[in-house]
Amino acid sequence: MTREGAATDRTNLSGLTRRAFVKATAAATGGLALGFHLPARAAAMTPWEVGETGTEINAWLVIAEDDTVTIRVAQSEMGEGVFTSMPMIVAEELDCDWNQVRAEYASANRSVTNNRVYERMGTGGSGAVRRSREYLQQAGASARERLRTAAARRWNVSVDSCRTDLGKVHHDASGRSLRYGELAAAAAKIDLAEEPAIRTPGQFKLLGTPQKRIDAALKVDGSAVYGIDVRVPGMVYATVSACPVWGGTLKSVDPAPAKTVKGVLDVLQFEDAVVVVADSFWHAKKGLDALAPVWDTGENGDASTAAWMADFKADLDRKGVIAAESGDAYAALASAATVIEADYDVPYLAHLALEPVNCTVHIQKDRVDVWTGAQNPESVLGAAAEITGRPPEQVHVQNCFLGGAFGRRSQPDFARRAVEIAMRLGETPVQVIWTREEDTRTGHYRPMSAFRFKAGLDADGKPVALLNRSATHSILAGLRPETVQSGLDGSSTEGLEDQPYAIENVSVEHHLKRTHVPVWFWRSVGHSQNAFARECFVDEMAAAGGHDPYEFRRFLLGADTARLGMVKLLDRVAAAMGKGDAESARTWLKAHPGLLNVLEVAAEKAEWGRTLPSGTGMGIAVAESFGSICAQVAQVSVSRRGEVRVERVVSAIDCGNTINPLTIAEQIESAVIYGLSAALWGRSDIENGRAAQLNFDQHRVLKMAETPVIETHFALSGGDKWGGIGEPGLPPTAPAVVNAIYAVTGKRVRSLPLMQHDLSWT
Amino acid sequence: MVTLTVNGTRHTLDVEADTPLLWVLRDTLNLTGTKFGCGIAQCGACTVHLEGKPLRSCVTPVSAADGLSVTTIEGLSPDRSHPVQQAWIEHDVPQCGYCQSGQIMAAAWLISDTPDPSDADIDRAMTNICRCGTYPRMRAAIHHAAELARDAMKTA
Repeated sequence: MTREGAATDRTNLSGLTRRAFVKATAAATGGLALGFHLPARAAAMTPWEVGETGTEINAWLVIAEDDTVTIRVAQSEMGEGVFTSMPMIVAEELDCDWNQVRAEYASANRSVTNNRVYERMGTGGSGAVRRSREYLQQAGASARERLRTAAARRWNVSVDSCRTDLGKVHHDASGRSLRYGELAAAAAKIDLAEEPAIRTPGQFKLLGTPQKRIDAALKVDGSAVYGIDVRVPGMVYATVSACPVWGGTLKSVDPAPAKTVKGVLDVLQFEDAVVVVADSFWHAKKGLDALAPVWDTGENGDASTAAWMADFKADLDRKGVIAAESGDAYAALASAATVIEADYDVPYLAHLALEPVNCTVHIQKDRVDVWTGAQNPESVLGAAAEITGRPPEQVHVQNCFLGGAFGRRSQPDFARRAVEIAMRLGETPVQVIWTREEDTRTGHYRPMSAFRFKAGLDADGKPVALLNRSATHSILAGLRPETVQSGLDGSSTEGLEDQPYAIENVSVEHHLKRTHVPVWFWRSVGHSQNAFARECFVDEMAAAGGHDPYEFRRFLLGADTARLGMVKLLDRVAAAMGKGDAESARTWLKAHPGLLNVLEVAAEKAEWGRTLPSGTGMGIAVAESFGSICAQVAQVSVSRRGEVRVERVVSAIDCGNTINPLTIAEQIESAVIYGLSAALWGRSDIENGRAAQLNFDQHRVLKMAETPVIETHFALSGGDKWGGIGEPGLPPTAPAVVNAIYAVTGKRVRSLPLMQHDLSWT
Repeated sequence: MVTLTVNGTRHTLDVEADTPLLWVLRDTLNLTGTKFGCGIAQCGACTVHLEGKPLRSCVTPVSAADGLSVTTIEGLSPDRSHPVQQAWIEHDVPQCGYCQSGQIMAAAWLISDTPDPSDADIDRAMTNICRCGTYPRMRAAIHHAAELARDAMKTA
């Protein structure tokens, strides 16, 4: 399956209306037995343990005779809670008993071979709810109406006189009711003349209520199956050592030392890697450790992030490709009362999901099976079909629970390698496990970036000009080169080109960079570094004019200026815009009204401005990403010797509406902690062309003792807004902490991670 | 040959003495609840109990456990009834879940050793890595689990 093929299929589907789409995907005949029955509510995803039968009402759900509802999840469960939130969306419309709902993965094979029946199977971009809510609601509503119709026919009454509730259809006039399990077989045969409308937030009963994860039980007793836990009869194990310099090749290796290790079955050589196959992972690793492969590191064997950073920074002296522009920033800078300037930079970052990448493959005469934890099982399926030369119909990818992902597992490179290894092993199934070090060494990193900000302030300290230049390693230049012909990569400039603050003259410029390091989507993508640089510089602008960082943001986000002691500024904005009146200026300033509200909620909940002990300070930041807005206030203490402790992070989030508020709070906590690890210690240096930090002894990450108190508050704007939630909690974290450090120490941290700076103060 | 008692069952195994206990559990005994995360005793995903005390099995040669008793996540309770497991579900702790076997084994030892742990006790005992950041919920769940365990002691 090629990317182009997938795009064509999607185009064909998008010609259908949402309701017609559900109809087209409804099972042609009922009774297809696909249900699992396991003690816990989430199937353990061992497809060879299929148990109880049920009736498939449509591709998304199966109802068993005992009323158990199995709902298919097309997104990947990597901690973000889709095994709970996606079924909630279907169950909301189905009117079933939530306690009888189970979740299982939708089949990638079925999607690929059955007209994309599961629509979008990739998980990323905080898009699970945003991009699938409507068709999941429709699937649930459609099933409910077919069950209602089946009951009406059985009773020979009008459909309108029947109602649904808690997994039953009721006919109140006669006092009769039937369980869904009794109606499922008949419902599966019904074609609706018209698909029902889906519910709106005001009508929701289940959605918007906090629901505990339905996969938790499997995750407290070790029974949840991750890719690394898959066991196939007759399976062998393999582990990989690839050229440590990306793009390099294997010159030679003497396999003999590995072959003397007990249990080693084979040593395989690839163009860029050596692989040892054994009867256990440990034997494979011992075999690999015994080898001394000779690498041709190619042209990048001397490359280093230190040299690249100097190159990135040199670009900041030159005008870049314009990503966004208004007014004349250069002229306004020349005439500004005060000009301030600051450069920022961030390093490459590994994802460091806790489960090292792994993949199990079994190639047989007319079937290829792949088991792994993937953010996009369809891309794994496509890769396996391509490498084996088999038609996609013969390839079955069983997704497992993902032991963390954060973007890393949307790249199918590890599955490709595993299939290549399996191709050398005939029909022997093989599980390929990367060591932690090898996982990191051959990873795909968050891009490195350098930034320059230059602001012109008027006599009141109000910014009249903002010049921003960035130089960032482009993700899309490698992934979809045709999209960056202009010299711009939207994933590099998000949060910069659309900076939310009302400044009349702005020039946002960019330098698109590349090195031989493979870069990839990392939790919150460009926002992860851009919000840091932008929100720290906003604090610098505030300080230069003597303004409070919170009040300064409020003003620039359109708050009532009278409260800010800046009464005449609105008129000046109006004059500068040439629109003449304060009201249009206010409208202009309120182009991002949501940010102001969210900012205010965070500040209020954190008690911004209250007196804190010496050595403790607060910092604030706000960022909009993936359709949601998150503001955070970090309370940080810094000892005189410069030891930093993040004590408390208060978040306000506007994702519009909510599916599962419990998941949302958990995802904000998760994003804050992931963001703190990166801000405090995260760096992936490249030395001699290769990754310098490989394991958790060199990549320090947050632990229990360093975790702050984290509070999450909702500032929901409702309406039609459905924002993402897996990532938006991360972008404000680093700048809020850095701004708090300034409040304590008077030191500006302009380069991450924090640990590399002397933060002592007197 | 080494002899291990794992979750109450005695096994005599033909494995090399230097094989880490983790891989004996996972690959020889097929107890996959104990996880591989780093291989260098940093992350704690491989935490099991040896003679009742937490241990990072990825760097422990199986010979060090010869003749001794090992408890893994599968042996903590037969039915998720251990106070830590109950509290973990109640507080909705797991996210991706990969580290949780190790975290739960660390927490189970903590509340058995320190029936009413303070936050500082939790900080000292809970040194395993969770990349999803479930630490705040784990902390709350540990306090709750300790309470459940104390209540059970009183009743008993």
